[in-house]
Amino acid sequence: MKLLLVGEYREGRLLDTSAELFGFAAAIGGDASIFLVGSAEDVPAFSGALYLVDAGLYGEYNPEVHKQLLLKAVEEVNPDLIVFIHSSYGWDLAPRVAASLKVAQVSEVIGFADNAYEVGCCNAKMHRNVTPSTSKAVITIQAGAFPALQSEGTPLVKVLSTDVASTTEFLGYEPAEAKDVNLAKAEIVVSAGRGIGKKENIEVIRSLAKAFGGELGASRPVVDAGWIDHGHQVGSTGQTVAPKLYVACGISGSIQHLAGMKKSGFILAINKDKDAPIGEVADVLVVADVLQFVPALTAKLS
Amino acid sequence: MKILVCIKQVPDMESHFRPNGSATWFDESDLAFRMNEYDEYAVEEAVKLKEQLGGEPEITVLSIGPDRVIEAIKKALAIGCDRAVHINESAVASKEPWQIASIIAAYARSIQFDLVFTGMQSQDRGSAQVGVLVAELLGIPSTTTLVGFAYADGVVTATRELEGGVKGKVRLKTPALVTCQLGLNSPRYPTLPNIMKARKKEITTFQAGDLSSEPPLTGSSSFRHPEKKGSGVVLEGSVDELVEKVIVILKDKTAVLR
Ligand SMILES: Cc1cc2nc3c(=O)[nH]c(=O)nc-3n(C[C@H](O)[C@H](O)[C@H](O)COP(=O)(O)OP(=O)(O)OC[C@H]3O[C@@H](n4cnc5c(N)ncnc54)[C@H](O)[C@@H]3O)c2cc1C
Repeated sequence: MKLLLVGEYREGRLLDTSAELFGFAAAIGGDASIFLVGSAEDVPAFSGALYLVDAGLYGEYNPEVHKQLLLKAVEEVNPDLIVFIHSSYGWDLAPRVAASLKVAQVSEVIGFADNAYEVGCCNAKMHRNVTPSTSKAVITIQAGAFPALQSEGTPLVKVLSTDVASTTEFLGYEPAEAKDVNLAKAEIVVSAGRGIGKKENIEVIRSLAKAFGGELGASRPVVDAGWIDHGHQVGSTGQTVAPKLYVACGISGSIQHLAGMKKSGFILAINKDKDAPIGEVADVLVVADVLQFVPALTAKLS
Repeated sequence: MKILVCIKQVPDMESHFRPNGSATWFDESDLAFRMNEYDEYAVEEAVKLKEQLGGEPEITVLSIGPDRVIEAIKKALAIGCDRAVHINESAVASKEPWQIASIIAAYARSIQFDLVFTGMQSQDRGSAQVGVLVAELLGIPSTTTLVGFAYADGVVTATRELEGGVKGKVRLKTPALVTCQLGLNSPRYPTLPNIMKARKKEITTFQAGDLSSEPPLTGSSSFRHPEKKGSGVVLEGSVDELVEKVIVILKDKTAVLR
């Protein structure tokens, strides 16, 4: 199998997730080439062909132009599989390439067997297998699903360029907002999810956090609804935490939330749904109504 | 100005899912359906833009599926969309992103919309493909994962959400398509007078097969509950018993309780 891996740069640096592309390539086997819109200053060790585009010329986000350049690499490599990370760069570019080639795309792959790719669905509650019916295919792999692997060797660098016009103008990055709460340092984090029902109930969860002597965290819908500010958000677009104890109150356990807390020492989840995917990572899943169980636990602790 | 909003109806994610007969997808019976959460932000953003432009734009809301999707369409009309297109497809569950996008593009091509809003992904399938595929099929620029949107004089300024709290600012000219991320705005609830008004709004029906007959590019199988990997315990019972048990476990297994 011939693979074309698509790595990512942010502000001139190759992102660490690229190592997961190498991990995936090693797991599935085959000849890998890599395509990068980045900088010659920071290319990975690699023992295959490396199609390099100077991000200084075209920008790190410029989807129409990146697509055309990637299609040039596809023409040279003639890959069976084009592999992206399922990230804001990957899910934006992958469908463009799949549409141009009119080939199957499988999104957010977590495993594979024969010609089928395993993916999550229904907010990670269920899994299914997706089989491309085209001879080539595009996939995006879930961040964290495959082990990061440092590759070795000296790549054979081929520089690509194009005169295709941009259809979007990249104006620049906005840095992450300063965090007013440092969850990463806390030994205990007690987080509120949408299951708490309404803003006022944040206090119920805050009381438990206090009783434990821990910090208050939250899932994204709680932040989006304005129940608490973004500094408390745990997950791929919030903070990553690994406390000794993480308590998830009314949190379903989406991939993006798990990305921010699954390395916690001990995970206690309270959910009325026995099937909630948080059960996959929880050491203890208490099947109960948070608004009944949490106050009772708080009372016992205080 | 003509605006299109594409919405999907999805099951409540708190439902208990069971595979259908061929295990390609879930069995629909006993499921309660609602508007895909990401699409609620798309509808709201379109309605906000209409308000910003003094009511001039006409907003069409589109949904593909069996008759049940009319409920989601009516909600979008009650929130402020002007007219609706229901693309009837009873086998919508077996249609994959390429087919769905081909159907939408076949309809949209004939109207020439200035702006298309979609959710960044659906809660059930989560492929994050359909919006971008529609734009590619229409040959218009697009950008994804919006947490900020501004429009003036044919130019969209979009704020994309990247990883770890970083954002990217992008400008694109209409006609264009954008996909909306959670938190882009605060979706309003339809009011009773607006629900009444929405009843008079026009819903045009098409048959999916008349718009596109693209074959699928992927097949689906083995829809299932994931294998339990962890060694976690599940506790059920009365609240008092549960509290006692949890305290014993925390004392035993963690160093945080003495
Ligand atoms: C690109 C991207 C980035 C994202 N980044 C993040 C992120 O950083 N962090 C994040 O959290 N999410 C993130 N999300 C959103 C994520 O996909 C989920 O939508 C979100 O995590 C769900 O939050 P939740 O579990 O609180 O809500 P839901 O998924 O709605 O779950 C609520 C849970 O509460 C339970 N429940 C309801 N009522 C009760 C009750 N009375 N008692 C007990 N349990 C109850 C339900 O059974 C359910 O399991 C991101 C999504 C995308 C696409």
